[in-house]
Amino acid sequence: MAVITYREALRAAMREELQRDENVVIMGEEVAQFNGAYKVTEGLLKEFGPKRVVDTPISEAGFIGLGIGASMLGIRPVMELMFWSFSYVAFDQIVNNAGNIRYMSGGLINCPIVIRGPANGGTNVGATHSHTPEAILASHPGIKVVCPATPYDAKGLMKAAIRDNDPVYVMENTILYNDKGEVPEGDYIVPLGVADVKREGTDLTIVAHGRAVITSLKAAEILEKEHGVSVEVVDLRSIRPLDEETILASVRKTHRALLVEENKPFCGVDAQVAYLIQAKAFDDLDAPIGRVSSIDAPQIYCKRMEDQQLPHPARVVEAALKVLA
Amino acid sequence: MAEIIDMPKLSDTMSVGTLVKWNIKEGQKVAFGDILAEVETDKATMELSCTVPGTVLKIYAPAGSQLPVGDPICAIGKAGEAAPDPKGKPAAPKAAAAPIPETTGIPCIPAAPAANAAPAPQSDASRTSASPYARRMAEKAALNVAALAGTGPGGRVVARDVAAAASAPVSAAPAGPVNVAVAPPADGKGIQPDADVPVGGMRATIARRLLESKNTVPHFYLEVEVDAAPLMGLRETLNKRLAEQGGETALKLSVNDFILKASAEALRRVPAVNASWAGTSIRQHSAVHLSFGVALEDGLVTPVIRDAHSKSLRDIATDAKALIGKARSKKLSPAEMSGSTFTVTNLGMYGVTGFFGIINVPNAAILSVGATIKKPVIDANDRIVMGHRMVIGLSGDHRVVDGANGAQFLQALKQILEEPTLILI
Repeated sequence: MAVITYREALRAAMREELQRDENVVIMGEEVAQFNGAYKVTEGLLKEFGPKRVVDTPISEAGFIGLGIGASMLGIRPVMELMFWSFSYVAFDQIVNNAGNIRYMSGGLINCPIVIRGPANGGTNVGATHSHTPEAILASHPGIKVVCPATPYDAKGLMKAAIRDNDPVYVMENTILYNDKGEVPEGDYIVPLGVADVKREGTDLTIVAHGRAVITSLKAAEILEKEHGVSVEVVDLRSIRPLDEETILASVRKTHRALLVEENKPFCGVDAQVAYLIQAKAFDDLDAPIGRVSSIDAPQIYCKRMEDQQLPHPARVVEAALKVLA
Repeated sequence: MAEIIDMPKLSDTMSVGTLVKWNIKEGQKVAFGDILAEVETDKATMELSCTVPGTVLKIYAPAGSQLPVGDPICAIGKAGEAAPDPKGKPAAPKAAAAPIPETTGIPCIPAAPAANAAPAPQSDASRTSASPYARRMAEKAALNVAALAGTGPGGRVVARDVAAAASAPVSAAPAGPVNVAVAPPADGKGIQPDADVPVGGMRATIARRLLESKNTVPHFYLEVEVDAAPLMGLRETLNKRLAEQGGETALKLSVNDFILKASAEALRRVPAVNASWAGTSIRQHSAVHLSFGVALEDGLVTPVIRDAHSKSLRDIATDAKALIGKARSKKLSPAEMSGSTFTVTNLGMYGVTGFFGIINVPNAAILSVGATIKKPVIDANDRIVMGHRMVIGLSGDHRVVDGANGAQFLQALKQILEEPTLILI
């Protein structure tokens, strides 16, 4: 199996879907001639031409609206946001229009749009460029949100997103773009709403998504080596639809849960996951559910402080030991 | 709107529950989670916790009642509200034979099984800090979380504590399911079929209560040999005269009747043995309620003779006879089997020469009476003569009774039995 980067995996997904379905188009700022702000779409303009790979003006509200309109008429646009932080200027399009049209048309109009781009802190780009809006968006019925953590999942989830008939928002991570992993050549999908046990264990369940999965896997190594603790890591992959059963099955096995995410804690994804676990696996819990999130402050610009603000393995280990007490 | 609380179905096989104890009174305010009552099922004594906050309007069934599942036990509503008519359901306690109505939505949930039937103030399981998983494990293992030492944060009982308790050697051997493959007899002719005989209510109660006693009560043992000749002589004389007077219906005194009477008298002399361990205190009892073992085909029961300290030998013998009759026809009420302060067991009729019973909690001691046998003894003049000897054992709860007062009790008992005319007055 080829070992490629997360970035290349995303590109492979888009290329294969562009080849498979003539209605798939790529749109966004700098996606074509500049090969993408983070080079995810590199080479696609050359291969598929300016009708399939389209540079847009610097106006998120405008071009996301354009994509939504196109998707209602059967096009499958894959829209790049340079940062998911910029989605906030297109919130009406992303939430009100894309999220509600199928419901408000009585099911007559689908909106098979994909919006993708990086949604992460940790790169010293300041508070307004470091948002992680998966929780905000996933709180709206009608919207699907996925957060791939590995190259394999990035390709499989991107293909599933493009083929889905509802708006699917793919949250990538600039820090993961260069991560390498085994990715099958050719067609496969990772279905939406199916979590993945990235590491099996017996003493503690860590539930994470996006880069927090990688952080948690590193923490799990330390916990095993230095503390003799067997940790299971569940990667949500999809925030919505949420794979409740995989989370619950793991908690029923280990009886202890730690939730790790790069979101701010207040109303974060893990607030929902914690509710789920206590509601449906209460009698299986041997300890209160633990949580590690970003520290609750606007994203700190100072790099060294920002590194502490985000969950890192040492913080996850510390929190895990508390849950294991 | 007042809600009627029904006798809940606390186990799959439960059809009748016994209200062992009410923890609430009419007019009392109750909150969610309060323990309303203790209910004995065919399996265990369970605590009923409240899921309907309010004021207790009416208690339909007194403590000691046996009620079919679904029968109303109490009503909870707003203070001052009239207690609802229990929907024409029989409110009076009654026997187990009634059909079991389906319960829809049990308003009370079983808490952890009560630690034991002792009147001692038990640490309340519902207030023990324990993880939900630990509670569930404990319930499965029939362990009381309140009795476990928690090693989690703030002393919380967590799964590892329950696992450790469940695998502790003290309970593992008798309590753990036996799963040993035993080959059938080579010739195919066994003494009985190979079978797993299901454990019935009585057997389960015996198993639970005696395991609990043997595991939690520090037993110590004393033994005394009694000259039973005077007792045998007195018994023979009395029974002869009673028969002459009463004919066919005459009362016939058993050896056990004398021992019961003598025990009550000995307890009067050494009242320290007529007491119970109550956790932070020793509860001494003013009355002697004597329990005695009655063997049945499928187990045993221990009916109680009330106020034995103030009853004559005839009263005790009459009571014992009535209780044995009820025990054999399985008509003993829970009230007739509870509230004892001392227990007497007797295997003399089987020729057993001596033994030590397991203490019937919350008693402080149990008397074990062996057979009267002829054997050589050395008399006051140092001559070897034929004697009628009876060996009596006492198992004591060392938390309540020490060797010395246990011995004083046996000394008193020996004196009474060897000069039995004393018990006639």
